[in-house]
Amino acid sequence: MSQYLLALYKSDDEVIPPERSQQVWAGVNALGDQMMDAGVFVFKSGLQGGAESATVVRQSGGDFLITDGPYTETKEHLAGFWIIDVADLDAALEWAKRAAAAELRPIEVRPFFEGDLDDAIRINASGSP
Amino acid sequence: MTAEAVFRREHGRCVAALIRFLGDIDAAEEAVQDAFAVAVARWPADGQPPNPGAWILTTARNRAIDRLRRESVRGERHAQAHHLYGAGDAAGQIMAVAREEDPVPDDRLRLIFTCCHPALGQPAQVALTLRLLGGLETPEIARAFLVPEATMAQRIVRAKRKIRDARIPYRVPAEAELPGRLTPVLAVVYLIFNEGYAATTGPLLRPSLCAEGIRLARVLGELMPGEPEAQGLLALLVLLHARSAARVTAGGSLVRLAEQDRRLWDRDLIAEGQAIVRACVQRGRPGPYQIQAAINAVHSVAPSFDGTDWHAILTLYDQLYALTPTPVVALNRAVALAEVRGPAAGLAAVDGLRSPGLDSYYLFHAARADLLRRLRRDGEAAAAYATARALTANPAEQAFLDTQRTGSIQAGNG
Repeated sequence: MSQYLLALYKSDDEVIPPERSQQVWAGVNALGDQMMDAGVFVFKSGLQGGAESATVVRQSGGDFLITDGPYTETKEHLAGFWIIDVADLDAALEWAKRAAAAELRPIEVRPFFEGDLDDAIRINASGSP
Repeated sequence: MTAEAVFRREHGRCVAALIRFLGDIDAAEEAVQDAFAVAVARWPADGQPPNPGAWILTTARNRAIDRLRRESVRGERHAQAHHLYGAGDAAGQIMAVAREEDPVPDDRLRLIFTCCHPALGQPAQVALTLRLLGGLETPEIARAFLVPEATMAQRIVRAKRKIRDARIPYRVPAEAELPGRLTPVLAVVYLIFNEGYAATTGPLLRPSLCAEGIRLARVLGELMPGEPEAQGLLALLVLLHARSAARVTAGGSLVRLAEQDRRLWDRDLIAEGQAIVRACVQRGRPGPYQIQAAINAVHSVAPSFDGTDWHAILTLYDQLYALTPTPVVALNRAVALAEVRGPAAGLAAVDGLRSPGLDSYYLFHAARADLLRRLRRDGEAAAAYATARALTANPAEQAFLDTQRTGSIQAGNG
């Protein structure tokens, strides 16, 4: 089994009408239950606020530099995510389709790194047992 | 047959089987390369083995196992030696195919579905398919698509890395997913053929890409006998390819269907294509490739352009448009309409389709120009030929459009 991130992005200036919020809320809750039942659920969460809630910490010389705002300036921000544990990308994509339908927006699917340092250095490592 | 030709022929099947055994695309390719080196050294003296495919697979597998053993001794990596997604049954299978006389298992369908996975971009799908199934070298693929070699090499490396990192499975999709998953596979094979048949730039015909497209379509047709669209694609490609010899002059310029010397058409390919189309019709599950094949089957039996059953072609275009309502299909339908009801009706239909998309498509203007020429509106025809010419980068198409334009200007003056 492999873990995947299903990430949800929102545009910074987006205003969501209340009826749509309710629809999404219901869909997302149902999806969480389905993930639990299928035994693929690892974690899910939503992030508070958009770019304006972000703070970046950088090491600078012997000190740390704290700056307001996101690390990269984009028009979208990461708004929430699921982590699921499934067999392969095809299975992850099936859950991503359901997530996209529940959230009414695109879902980015990313594999988690799996393996050891050796694998990270050797490009031909895949890590599945 | 040279060792090189044998390897080219067997490449897809051997790499596909080895990927399943080894769980790693690079390792599989490397193993086949190793086997090729052995063949080049031994075959001239020892002679070619009776079953070269099985010989390549056995030799490549033995080399790969040696390599894995060396690596596992070196890095204690034994447990990770077989890390293939969907290929977990590897170790036992490696031993199961130990004998040279055994038939080579056919995993090419797994391989093509992996190469054409929707999580890869189409350029990457095309490059991987040509490389892994076709056995083309990266420089060859780069030349065929007029892309710098480094760009193509990077495209292939990235695609392989994504397959591994995102864990794209090595398997044939289940029945339920098949319709969606087959679409990109057929599109890639069609694109490979079409890039050879109607190259976007460079020489008009690139026969090696046409041949590769047909070879892949045959593999699909053979491995998916119950899939009518795979059959339809094969029929379409052989029927188009049948006209190759008549389609380009010795000087390299394009000959349109209306002016082709039909005696140059390849009758064997036509017979093959027609037989497949007939079987598709009987099966009664039409799709876009089957209908396009049927249109070309109608052309292939016509004694001449004028003697073509244009009513049948128009009906088929109506069916095609119902399934795939694209501007290009609508344009082709309008051209067929001109043959049934005359150039004025055709021109009215073509003009009714004008859209920003079609306006930048050279065949839209070429079709308009031809209809205007037939209506003796020579000045407008010359202008439309000029517009079409500016929109194509293919030298043979350009030469053809230049000649047509000059003809219209002369007709206008005369």
